[in-house]
Amino acid sequence: MDPAAPKTRRQRKPAQWRQAFAPKNLADTMLVGYLPILIALLIIVLPLAWMVLSSFKPPHEIVTLDPALLPQDPTLDNYGAVANRVPLLTVLGNSVIVTVIGATIKVVLAITTAYALVFIRVPGVNLIFLGILVALMVPPEVSMLPNYLTISGLGGRNTLWGIILPGLGTAFGTFLLRQHFMALPKEMFEAAELDGAGHLRKLVQIAVPVSIPAIATVALVTIVNEWNNFLWPLIIIDSPDKMTLPVGLNLLQSIESQTGSYGILMAGAVLVIIPVLIIFAALQRYIVAGLTQGAVK
Amino acid sequence: MTAVRDGSGTEGHVVGSTRSVAQDSSESPELAKARKQRRRRRLSKNWSLFLLFAGPNILLILAFIYYPLLSNMYYSTLDWRLGSATATSVGFDNYVRFFTSESGLEVWRVTGIFTAGAVLGSMILGLLIALVLNKKLPGRTVARTAIFSPYVLSGVGVAMVWNFIFDPTLGALSHILNFFGIESPQWYLDEDWALTMVILVYVWKNLGYCAVVFLAGLQSIPQELIEAATIDRAGPVRRFFSIILPLLTPTVFFLLVTNIIFSMTNAFDVLRTMTPTGHGTNTIIFEIYLQSFGAYQRAGYSAAIAVVLFFTLFIITAVQLRYVERKVHYQ
Repeated sequence: MDPAAPKTRRQRKPAQWRQAFAPKNLADTMLVGYLPILIALLIIVLPLAWMVLSSFKPPHEIVTLDPALLPQDPTLDNYGAVANRVPLLTVLGNSVIVTVIGATIKVVLAITTAYALVFIRVPGVNLIFLGILVALMVPPEVSMLPNYLTISGLGGRNTLWGIILPGLGTAFGTFLLRQHFMALPKEMFEAAELDGAGHLRKLVQIAVPVSIPAIATVALVTIVNEWNNFLWPLIIIDSPDKMTLPVGLNLLQSIESQTGSYGILMAGAVLVIIPVLIIFAALQRYIVAGLTQGAVK
Repeated sequence: MTAVRDGSGTEGHVVGSTRSVAQDSSESPELAKARKQRRRRRLSKNWSLFLLFAGPNILLILAFIYYPLLSNMYYSTLDWRLGSATATSVGFDNYVRFFTSESGLEVWRVTGIFTAGAVLGSMILGLLIALVLNKKLPGRTVARTAIFSPYVLSGVGVAMVWNFIFDPTLGALSHILNFFGIESPQWYLDEDWALTMVILVYVWKNLGYCAVVFLAGLQSIPQELIEAATIDRAGPVRRFFSIILPLLTPTVFFLLVTNIIFSMTNAFDVLRTMTPTGHGTNTIIFEIYLQSFGAYQRAGYSAAIAVVLFFTLFIITAVQLRYVERKVHYQ
C-alpha cells in the first residue's frame, strides 16, 4: 500500500538473494529455507493437482491398484457426465447470477452505509455502528432457522431471490469501508462543500474514486464468499434447476456414491474451485488484505 | 478509532456552543426560535439522508440477523418440529437437555476436540511456515500466495477432493500408506478417524491464513533486536523463544481467538460434505443444522443450541476486545 516501502525492498532484493546463495549460506538456504517451503507447497498443491488430473481420467484409471499421477488416456467424459447428472449450465448460470447480483448490491450498500456512518451527522450514530459490529459476529448458522421460515413465508423457496435476499445486509463491507473512510483527509470534502456539493456528489465524485483499492477488497471478498456459499442455498433450494454450484455438487456427490465415479466428482470440484483460484491468483493482494483485516494494521 | 470519533464529536459540539453564545447576546426570542427551527430542519434533513444511505442495509441486518436472534430465543423454549403447526412450550428444557443429555455432551466433546485440533494444528504449522517464509528468499511471494489459496476455495469442492484422497480403497492416501505396508484406517466408518480426518482437512484449508498473519507479525519485529541477539551468540532456538515468541504474543493471541471462532463457525461446508450424517463429527455448528434440517427436525432444540452458540461467541469476542485494548496501552 505504501508506495515507498516496496521500492526500497526491491532495491535491496538482489543483495539479499546473493547473500542467500553465497557458498557459505547455500546449505542453510536449501535445508531450512527451500526444503520446508517445498514440502509445504507439495502438501497444498498436490491435492489440487490430483483433482485436476483425476478429472481427465477414465474410470479404469481411477479404480486401480497402481494409479499414475498423469492421466494415460485423457478424456472429457467426466465433464459430460456432470452435465448429464445435474443441469450443469443452469447451475453454473445460477451461481453467476447469485454472485453478481448479490455481490453488487452488497458492495453498493456497504459503500453508502459506511459513508453515512462517517459523514452524515446524526445523533446515535455510534450506537448504530455498534449494532453493525455485533451483527458482524453472528454466524449464518445462528439465523438459519428463522430466516428459513421468513423466506419460505414470502414464497422464496426454490427461487434465486430467496437465495440472495437474506445475505444482502452487509456488516463486513460496511465495517471495512467505514475504517477506510475515517482515514480520508477531511479537507478533501470541505473543499467540495464550499463548491456546494451535496452528500451524493461527495460520495460519487470523491469518496468512491479515492477508495477504489478498499472497495476492490470488499468486492472481491464478497464475490468469493457468495460463490462459495453453501449452507443457505442448501436449505432453501431443493429443485436442481435453481441450485448454485456448491449445492449442485452436493447433489452430484449423493447420486454418484458408487466407487469409480470419483472422476466425475473431481470434474465437478474443478468447476467450483478453479474460477476462484484464477481470481485469487490475479488479485491476491486485495483478497489477502481483506481477509486478514484486524490482524495486519 | 474511538478516539477519532470522539474528537470530531466534541469539536462539533464546541463550535455549536460558541456560536450560540455569541448569538444569544444580541438576538430576539423570535430569531432564536427561527434558528432552533432551522437546526431541527437540518437535523431532520440529515436523518432522511442518513436513512436513504444506510437505511436499506440497516433494515436488512435487522430483518435477517437481529430478528432471527430474538425469534431463536422464543423458538428455543418450544418443543416444536419443523413444519408442524403446533408447538408446546417447555421453558428451559431444551437448554437443560443440551447441557446434560448424553447426546448434548457428545456435541460439546466433539466441538472441543475439533476446535483444539483445528486451532493448534493450523497455528503451529502456520507459524513454522511463516518462520521459513520470513527468510529473504526469492520466490517466497509466490509460495505465500499458493499456501494461502486453500483458505478462499469452496469448502464443498475442497471436501470432495479430500473425500477422494481419503477413500480407504481407491484414495491416494491409502496407496501411500499401502506402500509403507500400513493398512488405511476406515476414515468414514470409525467415528474417531472421521473426526481426525475433518480436522486434517480443516487445518489444510486454514493454515495459510495463520501463516500470512504470523508472517505480518514477524515482519513487524525490529530486525536490530534479532541482529543484536545473534551478535550475543544466541542460537536460532534461543532467539525464537527469548525474542521472537514474546514479541509475537499479540499475534498469537489474535490468531487464537479468531481461529477458535472460525473453527466453530466456518467448518460447516467441510463437515457436511465429508460426513453428511454427522456421526462423530457433529460440532455445535453442524448440530444446529442436523437438528432442524437433518433427520430429527427438532426446531426448538436446534434454536436453543443456536442461542448457546451466539452467547459463546459473544463472550469470546468480548474477551478479545478487552485484551486488544490492553495491548494498545502496552505499546
